[in-house]
Amino acid sequence: MGKQAEIIAEEKNKTEALLKVEDISLYFIQYASGLRQTELKVISNLSIEAYRGEILAVVGSSGSGKSLLAHAILGILPSNAKLDGKMEYNGQKLTQEKKEEIRGKEIAIIPQTITYLDPLMRISNQVIGCVEEKNEGLMKKLQRDIFQRYDLKPDVEKMFPHELSGGMTRRVLVSTAVISSAKLIIADEPTPGLDEKTLNETLSYFKDMANKGCAVILITHDIEAALKISNKIAVFYAGTVLEVANVEDFKNDGENLRHPYTKALWNALPQNKFQIINGQQPMPDEVIDGCIFYERCSKKNDLCSKGIPQFKKVNGGVVRCNNVS
Amino acid sequence: MLNNEKIVGFIGQKILRLISLLIVVCFVSFMLIQFSPIDPVRAYIGEMPVSEEHKAKLEEYWGVNTPPQEKFLNWAGDVLKGNFGTSLIYRMPVTDVIKERFAASLVLMAASWLFSGVLGFILGIVAGMKKGTWIDKAIKTYCYVLAATPTFWLALILLMVFSVYLGWFPIGLSVPIGVIAENVTFFDWLLRLILPALTLSLLGVAQIALFTREKLIEVLSSDYVLFAKARGEKGLDLVLRHGIRNVALPAITLQFLGFSELFGGTVLVEQVFSYPGIGQAAVAAGLRSDVPLLLGIVIVSACFVFLGNSIADIIYQFVDPRIKQQEASI
Repeated sequence: MGKQAEIIAEEKNKTEALLKVEDISLYFIQYASGLRQTELKVISNLSIEAYRGEILAVVGSSGSGKSLLAHAILGILPSNAKLDGKMEYNGQKLTQEKKEEIRGKEIAIIPQTITYLDPLMRISNQVIGCVEEKNEGLMKKLQRDIFQRYDLKPDVEKMFPHELSGGMTRRVLVSTAVISSAKLIIADEPTPGLDEKTLNETLSYFKDMANKGCAVILITHDIEAALKISNKIAVFYAGTVLEVANVEDFKNDGENLRHPYTKALWNALPQNKFQIINGQQPMPDEVIDGCIFYERCSKKNDLCSKGIPQFKKVNGGVVRCNNVS
Repeated sequence: MLNNEKIVGFIGQKILRLISLLIVVCFVSFMLIQFSPIDPVRAYIGEMPVSEEHKAKLEEYWGVNTPPQEKFLNWAGDVLKGNFGTSLIYRMPVTDVIKERFAASLVLMAASWLFSGVLGFILGIVAGMKKGTWIDKAIKTYCYVLAATPTFWLALILLMVFSVYLGWFPIGLSVPIGVIAENVTFFDWLLRLILPALTLSLLGVAQIALFTREKLIEVLSSDYVLFAKARGEKGLDLVLRHGIRNVALPAITLQFLGFSELFGGTVLVEQVFSYPGIGQAAVAAGLRSDVPLLLGIVIVSACFVFLGNSIADIIYQFVDPRIKQQEASI
């Protein structure tokens, strides 16, 4: 009986999202002129879901608020930020208290740059992190195993962050997540500035994690890198997700893609049509009533300027567009 | 190998700097005294009535009419041989006076330096951790008030409250009056050290506390602390693990750079408490035209401040792993 229940639970685990982010909006409270407070909306009505064993890539251009999404999930936003909406982790509501309880244990982040490492602490101490004394030996062994797996030499343990090369930094940062045995891993821009070989190597680490049953959220602006390993791609634009597409949808002229922006993004790649569309994404302080992509859209109609389009399920993906059926 | 070369180079450079500093300090202070209305003959005879003839003899003996540059060279030559001359007011070799006085001051300065450093650092850490709360505001106010307080005024207040009204501590001097040196106990001496040391400490706290607070706030808003939080570290553990590590080095460096202020404070505090240290000797030498002693103290204090700055440099260049690495890679 017990075994069967376990199997059922496992089946359920696979089909149910590990992390559900539903309709979240993120504001920063700012002082405009004098004492007048204004709210700057940086993420609006964003929804994503991350499944065990899958990689979800969140792709968008720089400055679109992608990193803030990661910080919102971990509950490490600055004090002047205000978060609305719902988050669920493993079927439980993800409140700030819950986030503080499980971060580092269940959810791990792989940060962007070396500045996320303490400049005056030796690498091995940082990878192991803050642990109880009785577990120190065990963690040390685990860290050595991971370093060996990632081809980090034993002398790296005693180094300081400034002594690491770019590739080593990447592997050290990945190690910090691997050692935590977290179920949900958020990688924040892990690939910029890496050469082809290191890039593929880094991507393979994420694939490994997903194969071991982790849910991986890969936040990046590099759509090509994302397409190499992801299962789903969430297209992030001006603080919201316009479409979540399966990786197979990205082929040919992008006819299987649902949103005009996703299509434009796909066709802008050099190996495709190398076409760019006019305009730029709206700034967070611009007030937009309708679809956030309205200004740049080639298929817009009157309906698009009135109200944000609702999420629609189309062909196994979701999209926020009025012109798709 | 590389490190040894660097150390030798560093020491060589420091010694050269010290020598050039001392030459300039000696020359400038000597010339200042030369042009000041100090009369060594007056200083020597004090209030004694002397005849003109006698005075002329004395003037010749003291070399009043020798040209200044010759005087300087004579004096500098003696100093190089280790002879600082004889103090006019204490009637003993300047080196002996300085040794005795400096030892007494060193205890006072060391005690207040350590105490203000530790207390200031702790206050700074607490204020930085609790930024914006009433504790932070209280510590900040305390620091601003102290930073604006003249040393001698605080010394007088402490003296009035603790020695005059409450009678907990003796009013001054380093040993009780009328007691033979052998009978002075360690406790007697300690009791007289407390108030001057406390005055200096309280004032020294402000700078180091405000600096530590700023630095900690900067560290706590850094990427690596954000990452540590994301990994589940929090509260005091987080501050101890990342905060102290990154704040300690600059704070210790600053504390060593504060040697000059410490010395300046000592002069005033010793004067108020009649504590027989180097500061009091400096004031006496100045007021009573004791030129050899005054110049001796100038040299010693220049060396003392130079030492503090050098230690700060050493910490900066040899202890911080980031600087070490940069130098090695050049």
